[in-house]
Amino acid sequence: MALDQDQKRDFKIIGTRPLRPDGIDKVTGRAQYGADQSAPGMLWAKMLRSPHAHAKILSIDTSAADALPGVKAIITAADFGDMRKGEAMNVRDHIIAKDKALYDGHGVAAVAATSETVAKAALKLIKVDYEVLPHVTEIQAAMDPAAPVVNAGFVEENAPKGYSENVISAYDFGHGDLKAGFAKADKIVSRTLKTAATHQGYIEPHACLASLGADGRGELWCCTQGQFYIRELCASILGIEESQLRVTASEIGGGFGGKTTAFIEPVALALSRKAGHPVKMVLDREEVFKASGPTVSSEIDVKIGMTKDGRITAGEAELRYQGGAFPNMTNWLGAQCAFAAYDLEAVRANAINVLTNRPKQAAYRAPGAPMAIYAVEAVVDELCIEFGLDPLDVRLKNAARKGTKASYGPTFDDIGLVATLEAAKAHPHYNTPLGENQGRGLSCGFWFNFGGNTSVSMNINFDGTVSVTEGNPDIGGSRASISMMAAEELGIPYEKVRTIVADTNSIGQNDVTDGSRVTFAVGLATIKAARGAIKEMCKRAAQTWGIDEDAVVWEDGHAKPAGPNAGGFEPLSLAKIARKSPNTGGPISGHHEVNAEGAGVSFGVHLVDVEVDKETGFTKVLRYTVFQDAGKAIHPDYVEGQMQGGAVQGIGWALNEEYIYGEDGKLQNAGFLDYRVPVASDLPKIDTVILEIPNPGHPYGVRGVGETSIVPPLAAISNAVSHCIGVRMDELPMSPPRILKAIKNAGD
Amino acid sequence: MTKQHVTASVNGDATEFLCDAGDTLLSVLRDDLNLTGAKEGCGSGDCGACSVTMNGRLVCSCLVLAVEAEGAEITTIEGMAEGEVLHPLQRKFIEHAALQCGICTPGILVAAKSLLEKNPNPTEVEVRYWLAGNLCRCTGYDKIINAVMDAAAEMRGA
Repeated sequence: MALDQDQKRDFKIIGTRPLRPDGIDKVTGRAQYGADQSAPGMLWAKMLRSPHAHAKILSIDTSAADALPGVKAIITAADFGDMRKGEAMNVRDHIIAKDKALYDGHGVAAVAATSETVAKAALKLIKVDYEVLPHVTEIQAAMDPAAPVVNAGFVEENAPKGYSENVISAYDFGHGDLKAGFAKADKIVSRTLKTAATHQGYIEPHACLASLGADGRGELWCCTQGQFYIRELCASILGIEESQLRVTASEIGGGFGGKTTAFIEPVALALSRKAGHPVKMVLDREEVFKASGPTVSSEIDVKIGMTKDGRITAGEAELRYQGGAFPNMTNWLGAQCAFAAYDLEAVRANAINVLTNRPKQAAYRAPGAPMAIYAVEAVVDELCIEFGLDPLDVRLKNAARKGTKASYGPTFDDIGLVATLEAAKAHPHYNTPLGENQGRGLSCGFWFNFGGNTSVSMNINFDGTVSVTEGNPDIGGSRASISMMAAEELGIPYEKVRTIVADTNSIGQNDVTDGSRVTFAVGLATIKAARGAIKEMCKRAAQTWGIDEDAVVWEDGHAKPAGPNAGGFEPLSLAKIARKSPNTGGPISGHHEVNAEGAGVSFGVHLVDVEVDKETGFTKVLRYTVFQDAGKAIHPDYVEGQMQGGAVQGIGWALNEEYIYGEDGKLQNAGFLDYRVPVASDLPKIDTVILEIPNPGHPYGVRGVGETSIVPPLAAISNAVSHCIGVRMDELPMSPPRILKAIKNAGD
Repeated sequence: MTKQHVTASVNGDATEFLCDAGDTLLSVLRDDLNLTGAKEGCGSGDCGACSVTMNGRLVCSCLVLAVEAEGAEITTIEGMAEGEVLHPLQRKFIEHAALQCGICTPGILVAAKSLLEKNPNPTEVEVRYWLAGNLCRCTGYDKIINAVMDAAAEMRGA
């Protein structure tokens, strides 16, 4: 569906900032999240987890736990049947260990009991006999041909040879003659950069309330980004039919990609079926860190050639990602993103995936992109310094634009990178002088964005109000945006529309809330659904007036005769048509189902000023400005919110956050005290500049905005710190000890 | 194990409950009194999502034993609005889009109210430091700070 070229878009509601419909519930404590539901007869579930990073499970003795009063059911991997190989099996095996524990915190057995206290006591009575195996948690060690094999059987045909069986896949993107490109360069910089694994860090731990009968009929309430995908996974893992399992998404307390898959739901359902009671299961924070998320850690070799006037002649990257003990596609995404911001004649990115004894990585906001673009943007920055060139000028000179053959294959349509760079250049932030011990950095960012399967239903209620039913959990204010698009298209006030997120049995299939897809795809389907309803309302008006359907137009919420020839009828409002609808053919509704394509990519540029205390290595972020192309900002408050929130997660990634594994393969910092996410006092204001370069693939021009914003902070801050201390930083996070070490090494 | 009997005032209502000696105030509020507005984000006092006040003092209810509430006055997010009239902080949070997912919002509102009771005219830096014990992963705090500052101004009649 293309942008409406034929209509002047004088938006009345789009671009305004109405109050969100779930606001009162969320400021009064009334909103119901994953852990907030209970049921009569409910049991509590807890999971026993492996204390070893890698260990064969020789036996599990649950007899003493079974005998504890109040224990109603215990399950292990043996309670799940055989299933087809694939992602659902990987999800199951990641939740509960089959014959080997693959990471510190891997589930081994689960108990349902009359209280959480009894469930916890029962865990202590389960005897597991382990044979501890050698483990590997870091990329280089895992690639070594002599490394312990983490999880056999996943090597794909494209995997490079000469490494251990932990190196399972490689994806290669690019075009042009690299050798010729590098030959044209006046300077080539090669560097290896590293990033640590980070966690999405949503404040709400995974939680669910599950009820499954012996007949295979069930109800599941859970905090998820995708109730349909949870249904698919659970049905597949438990061997039940999807139609019989109704999954309702609770209000969700953050996800950022980390709630796109299952971590507890199949276990809670299995316990419920075995015990014959509803089961509530809530992870604690340590479990969230140890057994859900995190993102990949990476090592990236980047080589870029540039002429002295700032033209990039060739770019090459070798990316090595580890994402825990199971396969993922993050390397595939990372290889595509690395050079996406540049218009290059010769470019290549190759990314491999390495298995380690860590939890299975989960998507985290633009998965694979932040680290890849960090590495490229750090090297581009180094070349700018080398030639004394302005880093924004260099990016403008090489920026991808309409017609550019992207480094990952397609040719870009209308994109907003140049406009975004120009906005940054013209902004006062870029031209404000820096003080002593201060540095300024910048970086581009990119995300593909996604469309996907979407289904929306819209009812024109008899009282003239409108109900929109959609199937994507609202993670950042999307119900407001969807209501706004419905109201805009119908020509009625925003307050007349209510949008709800339905369960799996109340609306057609919807893909997960991911890929920054909801405002784009659900919005598109809502507009289409509205157009369907409008067509029907025009028909009813035509019927009332006794004129031809084609002689009726819809304007400002009214059906009107198309012109003087159609007749001199008084316009009929939506409310009037709705009220009469029982007598003109029955209820009026609109709906739309689509596998949406045309999600426009979103580019951003971040500018940051930092101050580094050279005695302590502490970095203070002084000023931060985000520039991003939103296509069309439906509700600017929540677009800004995405830009600010992503930036701050990226600031945490750049400066503090990391998974730290000990020699013993155990996670050393599984809590918010030691895994430090940014707090209010760490930060300055995060200024935002929204650019609007319409996406040709959406009727109002919308681009997804949720993910691009986490990409640029890594390199922007790294470049700023490097400028400030006069040493090129090449590893994240830039915690004070790392900065001190870099200063010391440079001085030696 | 014998249950402990506790009498407390919760949001102004005289309340009695039975709890185990090891139960936290948070678990009693949520699981026994059905006041699920306070959230458990960490269980270790690091995230502030379970913030309530006890005898006027801001506490993480996950770090308070339920038996410690004997005779105490507890106020939770459920006690912030008066009937259908929202507290200015609540209203300003909605107006400023100071929440995305909303899971941290009850704790932040309770903490911010506690700040404004002590300091009706805080600087932005004071707000940021006071709220440093309340994690928000969605917003980057920007709009939260704006909402608190605006609410403070309105409450001062500025």
